[in-house]
Amino acid sequence: MSLSINLTINGQLRDITLDDPRVTLLDLLRERLDLTGTKKGCDRGQCGACTVLVNGRRMNSCLALTASLDGAVITTIEGLADGDTLHPLQSAFIEHDGFQCGFCTPGQIMSAAGLIAEAQAGDDPERIRELMSGNICRCGAYQGITEAVQQAQREMIARNRKDAA
Amino acid sequence: MKRFDYVRPSSIAEAVSAAALPGSAILGAGTNLLDMMKIGSAQPERLVDITRLPGLDGIDWLPDGSVEIGALVRNADLAYDERFARRFPSVAEALLSGASPQLRNAATAGGNVMQHTRCAYFHDLSSACNRRSPGSGCDALNGENRLHAVLGWSEHCIATHPSDFCVPLVALDAVVEIEGHKGRRELALEALHLLPGNTPEVESALMPGELIVALRLPAEAADFASHTRYLKLRERTSYAFAVVSAAAALVVDAGVVQSARLALGGVAAKPWRARRAEDALTGKPASPEAFAEAARLALADAKPSGHNAFKIELARRIVVRALTEAATGTPERTIPLPGSVFTTQAGSNHVA
Ligand SMILES: Cc1cc2nc3c(=O)[nH]c(=O)nc-3n(C[C@H](O)[C@H](O)[C@H](O)COP(=O)(O)OP(=O)(O)OC[C@H]3O[C@@H](n4cnc5c(N)ncnc54)[C@H](O)[C@@H]3O)c2cc1C
Ligand code: SF4
Ligand code: FES
Ligand code: FES
Repeated sequence: MSLSINLTINGQLRDITLDDPRVTLLDLLRERLDLTGTKKGCDRGQCGACTVLVNGRRMNSCLALTASLDGAVITTIEGLADGDTLHPLQSAFIEHDGFQCGFCTPGQIMSAAGLIAEAQAGDDPERIRELMSGNICRCGAYQGITEAVQQAQREMIARNRKDAA
Repeated sequence: MKRFDYVRPSSIAEAVSAAALPGSAILGAGTNLLDMMKIGSAQPERLVDITRLPGLDGIDWLPDGSVEIGALVRNADLAYDERFARRFPSVAEALLSGASPQLRNAATAGGNVMQHTRCAYFHDLSSACNRRSPGSGCDALNGENRLHAVLGWSEHCIATHPSDFCVPLVALDAVVEIEGHKGRRELALEALHLLPGNTPEVESALMPGELIVALRLPAEAADFASHTRYLKLRERTSYAFAVVSAAAALVVDAGVVQSARLALGGVAAKPWRARRAEDALTGKPASPEAFAEAARLALADAKPSGHNAFKIELARRIVVRALTEAATGTPERTIPLPGSVFTTQAGSNHVA
Protein backbone atom coordinates (compact mmCIF):
# COMPACT_ATOMS: atom_id res chain seq x y z
CA MET A 1 0.00 0.00 0.00
CA SER A 2 1.55 3.27 -1.03
CA LEU A 3 0.43 6.67 0.17
CA SER A 4 0.85 10.07 -1.43
CA ILE A 5 0.87 13.16 0.73
CA ASN A 6 1.96 16.79 0.60
CA LEU A 7 4.10 18.57 3.13
CA THR A 8 5.50 22.08 3.11
CA ILE A 9 8.95 21.73 4.60
CA ASN A 10 10.94 24.88 5.33
CA GLY A 11 8.84 26.81 2.85
CA GLN A 12 9.01 24.27 0.04
CA LEU A 13 5.95 22.26 -1.00
CA ARG A 14 6.90 18.61 -1.43
CA ASP A 15 5.02 15.62 -2.78
CA ILE A 16 5.90 12.63 -0.71
CA THR A 17 5.15 9.04 -1.61
CA LEU A 18 5.32 6.61 1.26
CA ASP A 19 5.81 2.96 0.35
CA ASP A 20 5.48 2.15 4.05
CA PRO A 21 3.01 3.78 6.49
CA ARG A 22 5.35 3.25 9.45
CA VAL A 23 7.60 6.22 8.68
CA THR A 24 7.68 8.79 11.47
CA LEU A 25 8.20 12.44 10.63
CA LEU A 26 11.67 12.18 12.21
CA ASP A 27 12.71 9.28 9.97
CA LEU A 28 11.22 11.00 6.93
CA LEU A 29 13.32 14.11 7.58
CA ARG A 30 16.55 12.33 8.41
CA GLU A 31 16.51 9.21 6.28
CA ARG A 32 14.55 10.24 3.21
CA LEU A 33 14.90 14.01 2.85
CA ASP A 34 18.47 14.33 4.08
CA LEU A 35 17.50 16.92 6.69
CA THR A 36 19.70 15.58 9.45
CA GLY A 37 19.67 18.73 11.59
CA THR A 38 16.76 17.25 13.55
CA LYS A 39 18.24 14.69 15.93
CA LYS A 40 17.11 11.28 17.15
CA GLY A 41 17.86 10.87 20.84
CA CYS A 42 15.41 8.47 22.46
CA ASP A 43 12.89 7.98 19.61
CA ARG A 44 10.22 7.77 22.34
CA GLY A 45 9.15 11.28 23.28
CA GLN A 46 11.42 11.45 26.28
CA CYS A 47 14.24 13.81 25.26
CA GLY A 48 13.03 16.52 22.85
CA ALA A 49 16.01 16.23 20.44
CA CYS A 50 13.60 15.65 17.55
CA THR A 51 11.50 18.78 18.15
CA VAL A 52 10.23 20.54 15.03
CA LEU A 53 7.36 22.94 14.35
CA VAL A 54 4.24 21.38 12.83
CA ASN A 55 1.84 24.09 11.67
CA GLY A 56 3.77 26.46 13.94
CA ARG A 57 3.54 24.26 17.04
CA ARG A 58 6.46 22.43 18.58
CA MET A 59 6.11 18.66 18.56
CA ASN A 60 8.22 15.53 18.91
CA SER A 61 8.75 14.32 15.34
CA CYS A 62 9.68 10.84 16.62
CA LEU A 63 6.10 10.24 17.80
CA ALA A 64 4.36 11.76 14.76
CA LEU A 65 3.24 9.47 11.97
CA THR A 66 4.05 11.09 8.61
CA ALA A 67 0.94 9.65 6.95
CA SER A 68 -1.22 11.48 9.46
CA LEU A 69 0.35 14.87 8.68
CA ASP A 70 -0.87 15.28 5.08
CA GLY A 71 -0.94 19.01 4.24
CA ALA A 72 1.08 20.13 7.25
CA VAL A 73 3.64 22.93 7.30
CA ILE A 74 6.88 21.78 8.91
CA THR A 75 9.78 23.94 10.07
CA THR A 76 13.05 22.31 11.05
CA ILE A 77 16.30 23.82 12.30
CA GLU A 78 17.46 24.06 8.67
CA GLY A 79 14.59 26.45 7.94
CA LEU A 80 15.10 28.87 10.80
CA ALA A 81 17.86 31.19 9.60
CA ASP A 82 17.15 33.91 7.05
CA GLY A 83 19.75 33.06 4.41
CA ASP A 84 23.11 33.73 6.07
CA THR A 85 21.55 35.71 8.89
CA LEU A 86 21.07 33.58 11.98
CA HIS A 87 17.73 33.52 13.75
CA PRO A 88 17.87 35.50 17.04
CA LEU A 89 17.64 32.18 18.92
CA GLN A 90 20.63 30.77 17.08
CA SER A 91 22.77 33.86 17.85
CA ALA A 92 21.60 33.90 21.47
CA PHE A 93 22.51 30.23 21.97
CA ILE A 94 26.03 30.99 20.72
CA GLU A 95 26.35 34.12 22.82
CA HIS A 96 25.16 32.46 26.05
CA ASP A 97 26.94 29.11 25.64
CA GLY A 98 23.58 27.38 25.38
CA PHE A 99 25.27 24.12 24.40
CA GLN A 100 28.38 22.04 24.75
CA CYS A 101 28.31 18.96 22.48
CA GLY A 102 25.40 20.41 20.48
CA PHE A 103 23.37 17.23 20.09
CA CYS A 104 20.28 18.54 21.85
CA THR A 105 20.63 22.03 20.37
CA PRO A 106 18.42 21.82 17.25
CA GLY A 107 15.64 20.45 19.44
CA GLN A 108 16.24 23.08 22.11
CA ILE A 109 16.13 25.90 19.56
CA MET A 110 12.99 24.62 17.81
CA SER A 111 11.36 24.12 21.19
CA ALA A 112 12.31 27.66 22.20
CA ALA A 113 10.82 28.95 18.95
CA GLY A 114 7.60 27.19 19.88
CA LEU A 115 7.73 28.52 23.43
CA ILE A 116 8.11 32.11 22.23
CA ALA A 117 5.18 31.70 19.82
CA GLU A 118 3.03 30.27 22.62
CA ALA A 119 3.74 33.40 24.73
CA GLN A 120 2.97 31.76 28.07
CA ALA A 121 6.30 32.19 29.86
CA GLY A 122 6.96 35.94 29.78
CA ASP A 123 10.46 36.80 30.96
CA ASP A 124 10.21 34.63 34.10
CA PRO A 125 13.16 32.21 34.13
CA GLU A 126 11.21 29.70 36.20
CA ARG A 127 8.38 29.60 33.67
CA ILE A 128 10.89 29.36 30.82
CA ARG A 129 12.68 26.44 32.49
CA GLU A 130 9.39 24.64 33.09
CA LEU A 131 8.24 25.21 29.52
CA MET A 132 11.61 24.00 28.19
CA SER A 133 11.50 20.85 30.33
CA GLY A 134 10.60 18.71 27.32
CA ASN A 135 14.19 19.12 26.13
CA ILE A 136 16.87 17.25 28.01
CA CYS A 137 20.51 18.38 27.76
CA ARG A 138 23.01 15.70 28.66
CA CYS A 139 25.72 18.36 28.91
CA GLY A 140 23.68 20.38 31.39
CA ALA A 141 23.77 23.66 29.50
CA TYR A 142 20.47 24.69 31.07
CA GLN A 143 21.60 28.02 32.51
CA GLY A 144 22.84 29.22 29.12
CA ILE A 145 19.73 27.88 27.42
CA THR A 146 17.41 29.80 29.74
CA GLU A 147 19.40 33.02 29.24
CA ALA A 148 19.47 32.53 25.48
CA VAL A 149 15.70 32.06 25.35
CA GLN A 150 15.18 35.19 27.46
CA GLN A 151 17.46 37.27 25.25
CA ALA A 152 16.04 36.02 21.95
CA GLN A 153 12.50 36.59 23.15
CA ARG A 154 13.28 40.16 24.20
CA GLU A 155 14.91 40.83 20.83
CA MET A 156 12.04 39.35 18.91
CA ILE A 157 9.46 41.35 20.87
CA ALA A 158 11.47 44.56 20.34
CA ARG A 159 11.80 43.83 16.63
CA ASN A 160 8.06 43.18 16.29
CA ARG A 161 7.34 46.50 18.01
CA LYS A 162 9.64 48.30 15.60
CA ASP A 163 8.02 46.57 12.63
CA ALA A 164 4.57 47.50 13.90
CA ALA A 165 5.54 51.16 14.47
CA MET B 1 7.50 -2.04 14.23
CA LYS B 2 5.03 -4.45 12.70
CA ARG B 3 3.56 -3.36 9.36
CA PHE B 4 0.01 -2.09 9.44
CA ASP B 5 -2.63 -0.66 7.14
CA TYR B 6 -3.35 3.01 7.50
CA VAL B 7 -6.91 4.22 7.04
CA ARG B 8 -8.26 7.72 7.39
CA PRO B 9 -12.05 7.63 7.70
CA SER B 10 -13.98 10.77 6.82
CA SER B 11 -16.97 10.23 9.09
CA ILE B 12 -17.59 8.91 12.57
CA ALA B 13 -19.66 6.04 11.14
CA GLU B 14 -16.77 5.01 8.89
CA ALA B 15 -14.36 5.27 11.80
CA VAL B 16 -16.56 3.07 13.97
CA SER B 17 -16.81 0.41 11.25
CA ALA B 18 -13.05 0.40 10.64
CA ALA B 19 -12.21 0.40 14.34
CA ALA B 20 -14.52 -2.56 14.97
CA LEU B 21 -12.52 -4.85 12.64
CA PRO B 22 -10.24 -7.23 14.56
CA GLY B 23 -6.69 -5.87 14.83
CA SER B 24 -7.69 -2.20 14.52
CA ALA B 25 -6.43 0.56 16.76
CA ILE B 26 -7.61 4.16 16.87
CA LEU B 27 -4.89 6.71 16.21
CA GLY B 28 -5.06 10.09 17.94
CA ALA B 29 -1.76 11.98 18.01
CA GLY B 30 0.02 8.67 18.51
CA THR B 31 2.23 9.87 21.38
CA ASN B 32 1.28 6.76 23.36
CA LEU B 33 0.27 4.36 20.60
CA LEU B 34 3.32 4.86 18.30
CA ASP B 35 5.61 4.57 21.30
CA MET B 36 4.00 1.22 22.16
CA MET B 37 4.13 0.04 18.54
CA LYS B 38 7.86 0.73 18.44
CA ILE B 39 8.49 -1.48 21.45
CA GLY B 40 5.90 -4.07 20.46
CA SER B 41 3.47 -3.73 23.37
CA ALA B 42 0.90 -2.72 20.75
CA GLN B 43 0.86 -4.51 17.39
CA PRO B 44 -2.20 -3.31 15.50
CA GLU B 45 -2.81 -4.52 11.97
CA ARG B 46 -4.72 -1.39 11.06
CA LEU B 47 -4.49 2.18 12.27
CA VAL B 48 -7.70 4.16 12.08
CA ASP B 49 -6.58 7.79 12.01
CA ILE B 50 -9.37 9.86 13.55
CA THR B 51 -7.50 13.17 13.56
CA ARG B 52 -9.31 14.45 10.43
CA LEU B 53 -12.82 13.63 11.60
CA PRO B 54 -14.92 16.80 11.49
CA GLY B 55 -16.51 18.33 14.57
CA LEU B 56 -14.37 16.74 17.26
CA ASP B 57 -11.89 19.54 17.91
CA GLY B 58 -14.07 22.13 19.61
CA ILE B 59 -14.65 23.27 23.18
CA ASP B 60 -18.40 23.82 23.19
CA TRP B 61 -20.34 25.62 25.92
CA LEU B 62 -23.85 24.26 26.12
CA PRO B 63 -26.90 26.33 27.14
CA ASP B 64 -27.14 24.58 30.53
CA GLY B 65 -23.61 25.73 31.42
CA SER B 66 -21.90 22.40 30.84
CA VAL B 67 -18.93 22.16 28.51
CA GLU B 68 -18.21 19.57 25.87
CA ILE B 69 -14.54 18.92 25.11
CA GLY B 70 -14.12 17.32 21.68
CA ALA B 71 -12.01 14.17 21.67
CA LEU B 72 -9.49 15.80 19.33
CA VAL B 73 -8.92 18.97 21.38
CA ARG B 74 -5.20 19.04 22.05
CA ASN B 75 -4.12 18.99 25.69
CA ALA B 76 -2.31 22.35 25.42
CA ASP B 77 -5.23 24.07 23.68
CA LEU B 78 -7.61 23.02 26.44
CA ALA B 79 -5.26 24.05 29.25
CA TYR B 80 -4.65 27.48 27.68
CA ASP B 81 -8.28 28.16 26.78
CA GLU B 82 -9.02 31.12 29.04
CA ARG B 83 -12.68 30.48 29.62
CA PHE B 84 -12.07 26.80 30.33
CA ALA B 85 -9.13 27.44 32.65
CA ARG B 86 -11.10 30.04 34.61
CA ARG B 87 -13.99 27.65 35.25
CA PHE B 88 -11.98 24.46 35.71
CA PRO B 89 -8.55 25.60 36.92
CA SER B 90 -7.53 22.26 38.44
CA VAL B 91 -8.16 20.53 35.10
CA ALA B 92 -5.90 23.07 33.39
CA GLU B 93 -3.31 22.62 36.13
CA ALA B 94 -3.39 18.84 35.77
CA LEU B 95 -2.93 19.10 32.00
CA LEU B 96 -0.01 21.50 32.37
CA SER B 97 1.65 19.23 34.93
CA GLY B 98 1.66 16.32 32.48
CA ALA B 99 4.26 15.28 29.91
CA SER B 100 6.05 18.15 28.09
CA PRO B 101 4.92 21.17 26.04
CA GLN B 102 5.67 19.27 22.81
CA LEU B 103 3.62 16.27 23.90
CA ARG B 104 0.75 18.44 25.15
CA ASN B 105 0.68 20.26 21.78
CA ALA B 106 0.10 16.91 20.09
CA ALA B 107 -1.84 14.78 22.59
CA THR B 108 -5.61 14.65 22.17
CA ALA B 109 -8.18 14.65 24.97
CA GLY B 110 -9.44 11.19 23.94
CA GLY B 111 -5.93 9.76 23.70
CA ASN B 112 -4.98 11.11 27.11
CA VAL B 113 -7.97 9.45 28.74
CA MET B 114 -7.30 6.16 26.90
CA GLN B 115 -3.51 6.07 27.43
CA HIS B 116 -2.11 2.80 28.74
CA THR B 117 -0.33 1.98 31.97
CA ARG B 118 3.41 2.69 32.20
CA CYS B 119 4.11 -0.61 34.02
CA ALA B 120 7.52 -1.58 32.63
CA TYR B 121 6.61 -5.28 32.44
CA PHE B 122 3.55 -4.50 30.35
CA HIS B 123 5.85 -2.92 27.76
CA ASP B 124 8.59 -5.55 27.95
CA LEU B 125 7.59 -8.45 25.70
CA SER B 126 9.87 -10.90 27.50
CA SER B 127 8.03 -10.36 30.81
CA ALA B 128 4.92 -12.15 32.00
CA CYS B 129 1.98 -9.77 32.03
CA ASN B 130 -1.68 -10.66 32.44
CA ARG B 131 -2.80 -7.32 31.07
CA ARG B 132 -0.90 -7.77 27.77
CA SER B 133 -1.23 -11.51 27.52
CA PRO B 134 -3.99 -12.95 29.71
CA GLY B 135 -3.04 -15.84 31.97
CA SER B 136 0.73 -15.40 31.57
CA GLY B 137 1.26 -14.10 35.11
CA CYS B 138 2.43 -10.77 36.49
CA ASP B 139 6.15 -10.12 36.75
CA ALA B 140 5.52 -6.86 38.57
CA LEU B 141 4.24 -8.70 41.63
CA ASN B 142 7.76 -9.80 42.55
CA GLY B 143 9.62 -7.19 40.59
CA GLU B 144 10.26 -3.44 40.52
CA ASN B 145 6.95 -2.35 41.92
CA ARG B 146 7.58 0.71 44.04
CA LEU B 147 5.39 2.83 41.75
CA HIS B 148 2.55 0.32 41.43
CA ALA B 149 -0.97 0.45 42.82
CA VAL B 150 -2.00 0.67 46.47
CA LEU B 151 -5.76 0.73 45.87
CA GLY B 152 -8.09 -1.50 43.86
CA TRP B 153 -5.40 -3.94 42.66
CA SER B 154 -5.66 -7.71 42.48
CA GLU B 155 -3.03 -10.43 42.44
CA HIS B 156 -3.57 -10.56 38.67
CA CYS B 157 -2.41 -7.00 38.07
CA ILE B 158 -1.07 -4.12 40.16
CA ALA B 159 -0.70 -1.49 37.44
CA THR B 160 -1.75 2.15 37.73
CA HIS B 161 -3.40 4.49 35.23
CA PRO B 162 -0.97 7.32 34.49
CA SER B 163 -3.19 10.19 33.34
CA ASP B 164 -3.14 13.48 35.26
CA PHE B 165 -6.02 14.97 33.25
CA CYS B 166 -8.41 12.22 34.38
CA VAL B 167 -7.94 12.92 38.09
CA PRO B 168 -9.71 16.31 38.37
CA LEU B 169 -12.14 15.20 35.65
CA VAL B 170 -13.27 12.28 37.80
CA ALA B 171 -13.49 14.53 40.85
CA LEU B 172 -15.74 16.89 38.88
CA ASP B 173 -18.13 14.19 37.59
CA ALA B 174 -17.00 14.26 33.95
CA VAL B 175 -19.02 12.22 31.46
CA VAL B 176 -17.62 10.38 28.42
CA GLU B 177 -19.61 10.62 25.19
CA ILE B 178 -19.15 7.50 23.12
CA GLU B 179 -20.07 6.66 19.54
CA GLY B 180 -20.41 3.03 18.44
CA HIS B 181 -22.33 0.70 16.13
CA LYS B 182 -25.49 1.18 18.14
CA GLY B 183 -25.22 4.95 18.15
CA ARG B 184 -24.28 7.27 20.95
CA ARG B 185 -24.07 6.45 24.64
CA GLU B 186 -22.74 8.15 27.73
CA LEU B 187 -20.78 6.90 30.67
CA ALA B 188 -19.44 8.51 33.84
CA LEU B 189 -15.67 8.86 33.37
CA GLU B 190 -15.36 7.12 36.73
CA ALA B 191 -16.83 3.98 35.12
CA LEU B 192 -14.61 4.05 32.00
CA HIS B 193 -11.39 2.58 33.41
CA LEU B 194 -11.78 -0.82 35.01
CA LEU B 195 -10.07 -2.28 38.04
CA PRO B 196 -8.10 -5.42 37.16
CA GLY B 197 -9.96 -8.12 39.14
CA ASN B 198 -9.57 -11.42 37.26
CA THR B 199 -9.48 -9.74 33.84
CA PRO B 200 -6.80 -7.04 33.75
CA GLU B 201 -6.71 -7.32 29.93
CA VAL B 202 -10.11 -5.61 29.84
CA GLU B 203 -8.83 -2.11 30.44
CA SER B 204 -11.89 -0.01 29.76
CA ALA B 205 -15.65 -0.18 29.32
CA LEU B 206 -15.35 0.70 25.61
CA MET B 207 -16.58 -2.04 23.25
CA PRO B 208 -14.63 -2.86 20.07
CA GLY B 209 -15.12 -0.07 17.57
CA GLU B 210 -16.38 2.39 20.15
CA LEU B 211 -14.91 5.83 19.91
CA ILE B 212 -14.78 8.58 22.48
CA VAL B 213 -16.17 11.66 20.77
CA ALA B 214 -16.21 14.07 23.70
CA LEU B 215 -15.79 14.56 27.43
CA ARG B 216 -18.39 16.66 29.21
CA LEU B 217 -18.15 18.59 32.46
CA PRO B 218 -21.44 19.49 34.13
CA ALA B 219 -22.20 23.13 34.95
CA GLU B 220 -21.92 22.42 38.71
CA ALA B 221 -18.24 21.56 38.26
CA ALA B 222 -17.55 25.29 37.89
CA ASP B 223 -18.90 25.94 41.43
CA PHE B 224 -15.48 24.89 42.72
CA ALA B 225 -13.51 27.30 40.51
CA SER B 226 -12.30 29.55 43.33
CA HIS B 227 -11.11 26.68 45.58
CA THR B 228 -9.50 23.92 43.64
CA ARG B 229 -6.00 22.53 43.03
CA TYR B 230 -4.24 19.62 41.43
CA LEU B 231 -1.01 18.57 43.11
CA LYS B 232 1.35 15.95 41.80
CA LEU B 233 4.41 14.43 43.38
CA ARG B 234 7.07 13.41 40.86
CA GLU B 235 10.57 11.98 41.03
CA ARG B 236 11.77 15.10 39.24
CA THR B 237 10.12 18.49 39.21
CA SER B 238 8.84 18.37 35.65
CA TYR B 239 8.31 15.98 32.69
CA ALA B 240 7.60 12.93 34.85
CA PHE B 241 4.58 10.84 35.72
CA ALA B 242 2.96 11.14 39.14
CA VAL B 243 4.15 8.99 42.02
CA VAL B 244 0.91 10.11 43.66
CA SER B 245 -1.36 13.04 42.89
CA ALA B 246 -4.57 14.59 44.15
CA ALA B 247 -7.29 16.85 42.82
CA ALA B 248 -9.18 18.70 45.52
CA ALA B 249 -12.17 21.00 45.04
CA LEU B 250 -14.15 22.77 47.74
CA VAL B 251 -17.03 25.12 48.20
CA VAL B 252 -16.27 26.97 51.44
CA ASP B 253 -18.60 29.40 53.18
CA ALA B 254 -17.52 31.23 56.33
CA GLY B 255 -14.81 28.64 56.91
CA VAL B 256 -17.19 25.71 56.60
CA VAL B 257 -16.99 23.16 53.77
CA GLN B 258 -20.31 23.13 51.91
CA SER B 259 -19.24 20.66 49.30
CA ALA B 260 -16.03 18.71 48.60
CA ARG B 261 -14.52 16.72 45.75
CA LEU B 262 -11.42 14.60 46.00
CA ALA B 263 -9.70 12.21 43.62
CA LEU B 264 -6.29 10.55 43.59
CA GLY B 265 -3.92 9.70 40.74
CA GLY B 266 -1.08 7.20 40.55
CA VAL B 267 -2.65 4.91 43.15
CA ALA B 268 -4.86 2.55 41.13
CA ALA B 269 -5.71 1.26 37.66
CA LYS B 270 -8.22 4.10 37.43
CA PRO B 271 -8.46 7.68 38.62
CA TRP B 272 -9.60 7.14 42.21
CA ARG B 273 -12.56 9.08 43.57
CA ALA B 274 -12.56 9.34 47.37
CA ARG B 275 -16.24 9.68 48.17
CA ARG B 276 -16.09 8.76 51.84
CA ALA B 277 -13.57 11.53 52.38
CA GLU B 278 -15.81 13.96 50.49
CA ASP B 279 -18.80 13.06 52.68
CA ALA B 280 -16.77 13.43 55.86
CA LEU B 281 -15.58 16.90 54.84
CA THR B 282 -19.05 18.22 54.10
CA GLY B 283 -20.32 20.46 56.89
CA LYS B 284 -16.95 20.47 58.70
CA PRO B 285 -14.72 23.51 59.23
CA ALA B 286 -11.97 23.71 56.59
CA SER B 287 -9.34 22.76 59.17
CA PRO B 288 -6.15 20.71 59.35
CA GLU B 289 -8.01 18.13 61.47
CA ALA B 290 -10.78 17.72 58.92
CA PHE B 291 -8.23 17.41 56.10
CA ALA B 292 -6.20 14.80 58.01
CA GLU B 293 -9.37 12.79 58.63
CA ALA B 294 -10.28 13.05 54.94
CA ALA B 295 -6.81 11.75 54.02
CA ARG B 296 -7.19 8.87 56.47
CA LEU B 297 -10.54 7.90 54.97
CA ALA B 298 -9.33 8.26 51.38
CA LEU B 299 -6.55 5.74 52.01
CA ALA B 300 -8.38 3.56 54.55
CA ASP B 301 -8.53 0.60 52.14
CA ALA B 302 -5.01 1.06 50.75
CA LYS B 303 -2.64 -1.90 50.80
CA PRO B 304 0.89 -2.07 49.44
CA SER B 305 1.18 -4.31 46.36
CA GLY B 306 4.94 -4.58 46.73
CA HIS B 307 7.69 -2.20 47.79
CA ASN B 308 5.32 0.70 47.79
CA ALA B 309 3.92 1.13 51.30
CA PHE B 310 5.50 4.60 51.23
CA LYS B 311 3.00 5.65 48.58
CA ILE B 312 0.16 5.31 51.05
CA GLU B 313 1.67 7.86 53.41
CA LEU B 314 2.68 10.09 50.48
CA ALA B 315 -0.88 9.93 49.17
CA ARG B 316 -2.26 10.97 52.57
CA ARG B 317 0.10 13.92 52.64
CA ILE B 318 -0.70 15.03 49.09
CA VAL B 319 -4.41 14.88 49.97
CA VAL B 320 -3.89 17.11 53.00
CA ARG B 321 -1.83 19.52 50.93
CA ALA B 322 -4.21 19.62 48.02
CA LEU B 323 -7.14 20.29 50.37
CA THR B 324 -5.16 22.94 52.25
CA GLU B 325 -4.21 24.69 49.02
CA ALA B 326 -7.76 24.44 47.71
CA ALA B 327 -9.07 26.02 50.91
CA THR B 328 -6.51 28.83 50.55
CA GLY B 329 -7.94 29.55 47.12
CA THR B 330 -7.10 28.93 43.49
CA PRO B 331 -4.13 31.11 42.44
CA GLU B 332 -5.05 34.05 40.18
CA ARG B 333 -2.76 32.74 37.46
CA THR B 334 -1.43 29.21 36.91
CA ILE B 335 1.70 28.92 39.04
CA PRO B 336 5.11 28.65 37.33
CA LEU B 337 5.43 24.91 38.03
CA PRO B 338 1.88 23.63 37.62
CA GLY B 339 0.94 20.85 40.00
CA SER B 340 4.35 20.95 41.64
CA VAL B 341 4.90 20.93 45.38
CA PHE B 342 8.28 22.55 44.65
CA THR B 343 6.99 25.78 43.21
CA THR B 344 8.39 28.98 44.63
CA GLN B 345 4.89 30.48 44.66
CA ALA B 346 4.38 32.03 48.09
CA GLY B 347 2.49 29.73 50.40
CA SER B 348 2.93 26.73 48.14
CA ASN B 349 6.55 26.00 48.87
CA HIS B 350 7.46 22.59 50.23
CA VAL B 351 9.43 24.29 53.00
CA ALA B 352 6.63 26.56 54.12
C1 LIG C 1 7.75 10.95 27.68
C2 LIG C 1 6.29 11.02 28.02
C3 LIG C 1 5.89 11.57 29.23
C4 LIG C 1 4.54 11.63 29.56
N1 LIG C 1 4.17 12.17 30.76
C5 LIG C 1 2.86 12.22 31.10
C6 LIG C 1 2.43 12.76 32.34
O1 LIG C 1 3.24 13.22 33.15
N2 LIG C 1 1.10 12.76 32.62
C7 LIG C 1 0.18 12.27 31.74
O2 LIG C 1 -1.01 12.31 32.06
N3 LIG C 1 0.55 11.74 30.57
C8 LIG C 1 1.86 11.72 30.23
N4 LIG C 1 2.23 11.16 29.03
C9 LIG C 1 1.22 10.49 28.21
C10 LIG C 1 0.53 11.42 27.25
O3 LIG C 1 -0.35 12.24 27.97
C11 LIG C 1 -0.25 10.53 26.27
O4 LIG C 1 0.69 9.90 25.44
C12 LIG C 1 -1.22 11.33 25.40
O5 LIG C 1 -2.15 12.02 26.18
C13 LIG C 1 -1.96 10.38 24.46
O6 LIG C 1 -2.73 11.13 23.55
P1 LIG C 1 -2.63 10.82 21.99
O7 LIG C 1 -3.61 11.67 21.29
O8 LIG C 1 -1.22 10.90 21.52
O9 LIG C 1 -3.11 9.31 22.00
P2 LIG C 1 -2.71 8.05 21.08
O10 LIG C 1 -1.33 7.64 21.35
O11 LIG C 1 -3.08 8.34 19.67
O12 LIG C 1 -3.70 6.98 21.66
C14 LIG C 1 -3.58 6.45 22.97
C15 LIG C 1 -4.59 5.32 23.16
O13 LIG C 1 -5.92 5.83 23.14
C16 LIG C 1 -6.69 5.27 22.09
N5 LIG C 1 -7.51 6.37 21.59
C17 LIG C 1 -7.08 7.59 21.15
N6 LIG C 1 -8.11 8.41 20.89
C18 LIG C 1 -9.24 7.71 21.17
C19 LIG C 1 -10.64 8.01 21.11
N7 LIG C 1 -11.08 9.21 20.70
N8 LIG C 1 -11.52 7.04 21.47
C20 LIG C 1 -11.09 5.82 21.89
N9 LIG C 1 -9.78 5.49 21.96
C21 LIG C 1 -8.87 6.41 21.62
C22 LIG C 1 -5.67 4.73 21.10
O14 LIG C 1 -6.17 3.66 20.36
C23 LIG C 1 -4.55 4.30 22.03
O15 LIG C 1 -4.80 3.05 22.58
C24 LIG C 1 3.57 11.12 28.66
C25 LIG C 1 3.97 10.58 27.44
C26 LIG C 1 5.31 10.51 27.11
C27 LIG C 1 5.71 9.91 25.80
S1 SF4 D 1 1.13 -5.10 36.99
FE1 SF4 D 1 -0.40 -5.50 35.40
S2 SF4 D 1 0.51 -4.48 33.63
FE2 SF4 D 1 2.19 -4.79 35.08
S3 SF4 D 1 3.08 -6.82 34.62
FE3 SF4 D 1 1.51 -7.16 36.16
S4 SF4 D 1 -0.27 -7.68 34.92
FE4 SF4 D 1 1.12 -6.65 33.53
S1 FES E 1 13.96 11.57 19.81
FE1 FES E 1 11.96 12.36 19.94
S2 FES E 1 11.83 12.91 22.02
FE2 FES E 1 13.74 11.86 21.97
S1 FES F 1 24.69 20.34 24.50
FE1 FES F 1 25.21 18.26 24.75
S2 FES F 1 23.29 17.41 25.17
FE2 FES F 1 22.85 19.49 25.27
